[in-house]
Amino acid sequence: MATLHTVNKSPFESATFETCLGLAKSGSTVLLIEDGVYAATTGNSAADAISNAEGINFAVLGPDAKARGVESKLADGIKVVDYTGFVELAAEHDTVQAWL
Amino acid sequence: MKFSIQVNEGPYQHQASDTAYQFTKAALAAGHEIFRVFFYHDGVNNATRLAVPPQDDRNVSAQWSELAKENDLDMVVCIAAAQRRGIMDADEAKRQGLDADNIADGFRISGLGQLIEAGIESDRLLVFGA
Amino acid sequence: MAKKFMYLNRKAPYGTVYALESLEVVLIGAAFDQDVSLAFVGDGVYQLTKGQKTDDIGQKNFSPTYSALGDYDVNKIYVEKESLEERGLSLDDLQHLVWEDEDEDWAEKDSIRLVSRAELADVLAEQDITLSF
Repeated sequence: MATLHTVNKSPFESATFETCLGLAKSGSTVLLIEDGVYAATTGNSAADAISNAEGINFAVLGPDAKARGVESKLADGIKVVDYTGFVELAAEHDTVQAWL
Repeated sequence: MKFSIQVNEGPYQHQASDTAYQFTKAALAAGHEIFRVFFYHDGVNNATRLAVPPQDDRNVSAQWSELAKENDLDMVVCIAAAQRRGIMDADEAKRQGLDADNIADGFRISGLGQLIEAGIESDRLLVFGA
Repeated sequence: MAKKFMYLNRKAPYGTVYALESLEVVLIGAAFDQDVSLAFVGDGVYQLTKGQKTDDIGQKNFSPTYSALGDYDVNKIYVEKESLEERGLSLDDLQHLVWEDEDEDWAEKDSIRLVSRAELADVLAEQDITLSF
């Protein structure tokens, strides 16, 4: 079963992103929302965690990245979705798991 | 597809309720069904009709009420969490001997079983919190 | 058909209300005959520690409620080994939670399943519904 994981915390504020990556299986997708989008910016000290996570797809909620002024700083290869895309991801995966 | 939504945080302090609202709106626009929106923890504070945010800010509670009205949404506020935090409908206020109620249009107060039922009846349950 | 319900607990008790109100959902949810599991990850493992005494902070000590979960047929309680180790804890620091197996003449069995991160990842991936607290 493919899971959509949502992470809404900055990786610098809490261990949520790290915990999620530790428990996410290959083939699942991690969608970064709210303050979670900061994990997806280039050159940050958490960026390696994304490039090293094999078999996991990453996506960012675009409106949140835009609101925070980091839309142009997102790392390559990360899919950017709007709320409609969020709904599509939720429908495409078998289940959704929020990491709060 | 049938979605249910759980909102665990109140308005303004966290973005959770805003994100849940945007998701719900987008899901409805895409033709999906929202089986239920369940408000838990401080999320019950979304159900007050007495919030008066500044003119240039969104009114989170009113947005939910409006969305519920337009789409016939079932918006349920957990009774145990609501009683702790002083969210009351007229019946409950009367039963508790209180002098006022404050629940906004479109919200109803019910038990936690409604959340479990939402999980059973829906294809997906999404939790928004902090 | 019963769905697999997972209650994912990642927050410590008392500092915020999530642990207590999560437990309230578990107790209500137990009446619905679903396939229920609980997982304690990260600071969530602190919910299960022995010896909680809350008199001086003016809050109710709800930790004894965990030992009643077995009576509600909630007996799959996963604790992540790495989370315990990171916090300098072992299984001995947690309450001993048990349930009685009706199929084996009410034999008393452990409810807590100590699992590695990789094992827990497999368990989480099997769930239909995950309620996060």
